[in-house]
Amino acid sequence: MAREYRPRIVTANDLIEGDAVYFTASHGWSREHGEAVVAFSADAADGLLEAAAKQQDRIVGVYLAEVEMGPDHRPQPVHFREAFRTRGPSNYFHGKQAQA
Amino acid sequence: MYRYDDFDEAFVRNRVAEFRGQVERRIDGSLTEDEFKPLRLMNGVYLQLHAYMLRVAIPYGTLNSRQMRQLALVAERFDKGYGHFTTRQNIQFNWPRLKDIPEILSLLADVEMHAIQTSGNCIRNVTADHFAGAAADEIEDPRPTAELLRQWSTDHPEFQFLPRKFKIAITGAPNDRAVTKAHDIGLRMVRNEAGEPGYEVIVGGGLGRTPMVGKTVRDFLPKADLLPYLEAILQVYNLSGRRDNKYKARIKILVHETGLDEIKARVEAAFEEKKRAFSGAPADLVSAIEAAFAPPSFDNTRSLAFDRAQEANPAFRSFVETNVAEHKNPAYGIVSVSLKPVGGTPGDATAEQMRVLADLAEQYGHDELRISHEQNVILPHVRKADIPAVYEALREAGLATANIGLVSDIIACPGMDYCALATARSIPVAQAISKRFDELKLEREIGPLKIKISGCINACGHHHVGHIGILGLDKAGKENYQITLGGDGTETATIGERTGPGFDADDLVPAIEAIVETYLNLREDAAETFLQAYRRLGADPFKQAIYSEKDEARAA
Ligand code: SF4
Repeated sequence: MAREYRPRIVTANDLIEGDAVYFTASHGWSREHGEAVVAFSADAADGLLEAAAKQQDRIVGVYLAEVEMGPDHRPQPVHFREAFRTRGPSNYFHGKQAQA
Repeated sequence: MYRYDDFDEAFVRNRVAEFRGQVERRIDGSLTEDEFKPLRLMNGVYLQLHAYMLRVAIPYGTLNSRQMRQLALVAERFDKGYGHFTTRQNIQFNWPRLKDIPEILSLLADVEMHAIQTSGNCIRNVTADHFAGAAADEIEDPRPTAELLRQWSTDHPEFQFLPRKFKIAITGAPNDRAVTKAHDIGLRMVRNEAGEPGYEVIVGGGLGRTPMVGKTVRDFLPKADLLPYLEAILQVYNLSGRRDNKYKARIKILVHETGLDEIKARVEAAFEEKKRAFSGAPADLVSAIEAAFAPPSFDNTRSLAFDRAQEANPAFRSFVETNVAEHKNPAYGIVSVSLKPVGGTPGDATAEQMRVLADLAEQYGHDELRISHEQNVILPHVRKADIPAVYEALREAGLATANIGLVSDIIACPGMDYCALATARSIPVAQAISKRFDELKLEREIGPLKIKISGCINACGHHHVGHIGILGLDKAGKENYQITLGGDGTETATIGERTGPGFDADDLVPAIEAIVETYLNLREDAAETFLQAYRRLGADPFKQAIYSEKDEARAA
């Protein structure tokens, strides 16, 4: 039996600011993880990644990251690395956590 | 100190102008990231988790007050008001915006600093003993040699595309404070039978995935032969080093796979040729560099102020005990300023603190500052009579933590709070350990103990050579920490041994505490250090203290 596909989102860093950004349904970029468009199949994920990677003039270092769907139907990070990227460093109140 | 000549100045300015154009073209879309990435890395610009990072070289760890003030300015204007000093004697800015970086580099060029050769497969920033030019045990200041190496290696055509990055460390003292045995080439100054100074040449050390202690290829190399000899080593490496596998490309693997005797033979053969063709480093260049590093004119007047202050103030006495080292001039001391306050981030200094340090260097320290690979700042030349005043100023700036060489003087790499390569965080681990030992109030009782933490196998935090080393890993989606014991980064260099299975973040601090308690219980007396006790006792009692029987069965 094929393993169930784990949903994924496309993430990158903003070209100028360098902070984490997330690819949205309208093929734009959001600084909010929860606003990312979610791919529920490998094909969909590849399609999103390809579309996102075309926007070289806005982002850098694009890749797919696994997510879980939260109770509010918004994606949530699975790996701690991705969770850290939604917040910022733990030693100072800097980065996204300070902008919220 | 050494000043740029016109050539250096023009070279750095051109690089900044060139990079400015490259950044513009990246932002307007005419360069793709694939094209731009190698260019930004050549200029010290990395992409981290939350932002770009700019890594600026502090060659052989030496700074003057003007440079330190400029770093403060950059921290304030383009970062979040602080900078992070690393184990490679670099400073890293964690929050620059891409479009500001050319401006930052231009400000740095104004004070003769740059980010060239802080990345890539070239000869990296040469690191040196942070007490260079000041230490009582020193034979000769190694920095003229380090500077000669910098000039020789910067943009050297033969060495821009080595199989892998290449790191050289140098010390002018027999006591190795520069971890020379963990570098691709380590140079340790020694004297021959005739009493002349020269270098012991150590090759193939390194940490990372395959940690190795460097091996001596030459017991004594006359100073004049240094450049052709190093060229010979690099030639052998360039020809035979592996380029097929990134993890096997460092010279340590070549030395290990080829065998020391064979490497020696090849290096000596190449050296014979190089030496014949080598006309010698131009004598006027060498003497100009040496003059630039001439010791400051010391003021030898002594006073009782230093001794009196120690009698009057126990806190100052503790500070002197740990943070002041012996200077070659008995009227002076070397003051180490700890960037490891309890619960703080190892190696971080605010812009305000940088300015205080710059002021102190200017007023009391012959305008010299050093950055140590242990992520502290050194005032290398302070008259003993002035140390009480320096201490007071440091205290006001939150910089008088008296813990150099003790359990809370922890090295920690940025780990997953910043670094894109990390597998786990290191900073919070350092913070938790220093807080715990502060609560226990045992730090002085424990004595010299070096804890070093890395957030991944790349080992920027030198965990392999920590008396207690900690390596953060990702174990099935959870941060997990492996402990190594018995590492040593000095002239008796040793790679630490793994205790066994790793610990979750919550269990790690209790494990470290149990290790230290075991030492306190088993040491012969207070004079036996942790490392000495570990060498006498072996790993077993420490393992028993941290693993239950079940764990040990699992580890077996
Ligand atoms: S050891 Fe790993 S996590 Fe730490 S700074 Fe180096 S590469 Fe980054």
